Amino acid sequence: MHWAVILPLLFFLIIIFGIGIWANRQVVQSNSFLQEYFLGGREMGGFILAMTMMATYGSASSFIGGPGVAYNTGLGWVLLAMAQLPAGYFVLMVLGKKFAIVARRIEAITLIDFLKKRYDSHTIVILSAFSIIIFLFASMMAQWVGGARLIESLTGLSYTTALLIFAASVLIYVVIGGFRAVALTDAMQGTIMIIGTVILLIATIIAGGGVDHIMQDLVADNPNLISPFGADQSLTPLYVSTFWILIGLGVIGLPQIAVRAMSYKDSKSLHRAILIGTIGIGTIMFGMHLIGVFARSVMPGIEIGDKVMPLLTLEVLPPVIAGVVLAAPMAAIMSTVNALLILVSSTVVKDIYLNYINPKATDKQIKSRSFWVTTIIGVAVVILAVNPPELLIMLNLFAFGGLESAFLWSVVFGLYWKKANKYGAISSMIVGIGLYIYIYEFQTNIFGMHSVTIPIFASLLTFVVVSLVTQKMKKIEDYHF
Amino acid sequence: MNYMQDKRFKIAHKEALIGVGLVILNFAIWYGFAYGLGSGNPAEYRYILGFPEWFFYSCIAGTIFMVICIWLAMKLFFKDIPLDEEEEKR
Repeated sequence: MHWAVILPLLFFLIIIFGIGIWANRQVVQSNSFLQEYFLGGREMGGFILAMTMMATYGSASSFIGGPGVAYNTGLGWVLLAMAQLPAGYFVLMVLGKKFAIVARRIEAITLIDFLKKRYDSHTIVILSAFSIIIFLFASMMAQWVGGARLIESLTGLSYTTALLIFAASVLIYVVIGGFRAVALTDAMQGTIMIIGTVILLIATIIAGGGVDHIMQDLVADNPNLISPFGADQSLTPLYVSTFWILIGLGVIGLPQIAVRAMSYKDSKSLHRAILIGTIGIGTIMFGMHLIGVFARSVMPGIEIGDKVMPLLTLEVLPPVIAGVVLAAPMAAIMSTVNALLILVSSTVVKDIYLNYINPKATDKQIKSRSFWVTTIIGVAVVILAVNPPELLIMLNLFAFGGLESAFLWSVVFGLYWKKANKYGAISSMIVGIGLYIYIYEFQTNIFGMHSVTIPIFASLLTFVVVSLVTQKMKKIEDYHF
Repeated sequence: MNYMQDKRFKIAHKEALIGVGLVILNFAIWYGFAYGLGSGNPAEYRYILGFPEWFFYSCIAGTIFMVICIWLAMKLFFKDIPLDEEEEKR
């Protein structure tokens, strides 16, 4: 065991716990439990909003998987990763003020609350709740597997022990602290992610003898490593461009991101968050993927991509600083899991329990249900992550695109198009998810584009056509929107 | 109150359109420099600060340029409006 590396990580966990306990006091004192527990009382300032967007978005793949692929592919993969820059400003600019105003007006706490009021349809509520629970459950599990593997390789503990330590620490602060704990720990985790990226990038450049020298090494290895087309020339402009839809623009359709656009305090916070968030996402995505490419010159011959980042960190940094930097991927994983956990929990409690099972629940009942639901979901994910089932791994792989295909247009048109109605929304959700699953399974990279491209366009078309055709079927009450 | 006439929505709609415009600009810079300068033979690339020219303009200078544009958009076009109903009546 490298104690010098582990101590900073432990210190990091202790601070995170402290934040959870502090947030729990706000939950106990609050007079609107639902607003406080699931939205943190809509009190996020600019810095926290930026960090929680970024930390929720940046996950195991930004710090572990991504740099590993960049190691094998070269600068072309950094180019692809930079398609994520809009995730920092586009979501907040497009949903931004309108979503926040409408959400306050109709007292929406979840994305489904908004869709329910806007489209007035039980089918949408159930369809949405179902896709959120299934897809995000699978994503959570995958993040946990990643976190456990990371701790396993750093400490030498067994996979199961590592998983339990990791899961217990996340569960406790999320269950007791709710959204406020999630957002505040995200702020700290996001900061660590940025600082860790910058330190490691500088150390890697120094270890590689400067950028010029590293580039010479790469060219000597394979000149295509420094081209935009990737080491084996497989990254076509069309394929790389379609990533803009998946990881840049479609992010609006991710419920865990959209819900943050209704939880901030005021306009000023939004403006500040847009700027800080873009700088943060730009730094992390550029830095981590470039580190992956540079690692090829500093430490050639690593066979397993996922090990590039941890091995490089231990190689180029002194142990204590390596601990700080390795807290970054841990922070990324924890901050993604905690956001998904509180979102799935709010879906179960608010959208299913309060809508269909017990609409007259007292505050005390809601409170205890929320704590229990969060705990049970968390524990269930851990149990599944001990031995991940094939089906959930598959679902996780298309969770991102599946959720975007389902929600992107319902949210965007719901906000900005008066003629959007429930028939359009339902059919576009079904077409989006159905087509995505089909293409993903049978026709990956159809016409050389990422699998999400066609479902997104097909659900757009379906939405518009069906809404227009069914205009006369039901007058929509649009005065809230 | 007549919600349809909410003046805040007009501002929100304009700001959302600015977002769309910025993304289009972002994509154009990113794509143009990457494939415009990077399509040739890697052996003949020119370098800036050690990075291939296409990479420097598309991923480094382009990103910094976008951050400046976003900062300007916040300063010049984005308005400070109340989000709550009570705040608005005050």
